[in-house]
Amino acid sequence: MALPDILFYLFAALTLGCGLLVVANPFSRNPVTSAMFLVLTIVSLAGLFVLLHAYFLAAVQILVYAGAVMVLFLFVIMLLDLKAEERRRFNVFAVVLGGASVAGLVGILAKTIHESGAGAGLQPTLAGETRNLGVELFTKGQFLLPFEIVSLLLLVAMVGVILLSKRELR
Amino acid sequence: MNVGLEHYLFVSAALFCLGLLGVIVRRNLLVIYMSLELMLNAANLALVAFSRFNNNLDGQLMVFFIITVAAAEVAVGLALVVALYRERQSAHVEDLASLKL
Repeated sequence: MALPDILFYLFAALTLGCGLLVVANPFSRNPVTSAMFLVLTIVSLAGLFVLLHAYFLAAVQILVYAGAVMVLFLFVIMLLDLKAEERRRFNVFAVVLGGASVAGLVGILAKTIHESGAGAGLQPTLAGETRNLGVELFTKGQFLLPFEIVSLLLLVAMVGVILLSKRELR
Repeated sequence: MNVGLEHYLFVSAALFCLGLLGVIVRRNLLVIYMSLELMLNAANLALVAFSRFNNNLDGQLMVFFIITVAAAEVAVGLALVVALYRERQSAHVEDLASLKL
């Protein structure tokens, strides 16, 4: 087995394991623990991106998700004092029903992926260098308008968040 | 056994289902929000894998846009959670069951 394959299995196991600990940690119901495991999940996903030769996206994933978004999450968790939440019990009905439906979805997705033979005969050929990504984004013209719209969206989100966070809307 | 597109898709599907399980089972708004992020990341992984195996950069560009929009979405969503918490002193979905504040 070649090194990239070993790394794939390592990162995939890390991603799924930490993802499970985000959702259902048997030792702690504290949101801070969930947030920390989400950081680990995101970092191992960035490792998978590197294995897929998406180097720029791996960097952005770590910078934006593990850096900015998770800091925001932790800020809010610390801002709201959530100590009382830990004592609450799981709703057994919801756990059983949700677990059953999600298990069904897992079955359907796995069977679909397996039977459709996705990727049969496809070789990983793309050289996803940052330069190629930039050329595709800025010179083809196809993605220029979406790019500008996204910048506008960020501005609107910023204004909206400031408005929402004001104590009184005057 | 060589790692192919299928393997990445399996990981992506499993991660998506974990996120969905979190949204259904957990009762804390913030943890539900983190589970949503998990689902978004699962979709990102599938897109990057498709992009690599089909020799087409469009998937990676899509992920680039998804990450940007997700950052905006997280900011707005967390501001809403904070505003809701100020109103109700709770971030627990069962305490937020009424439509009228």
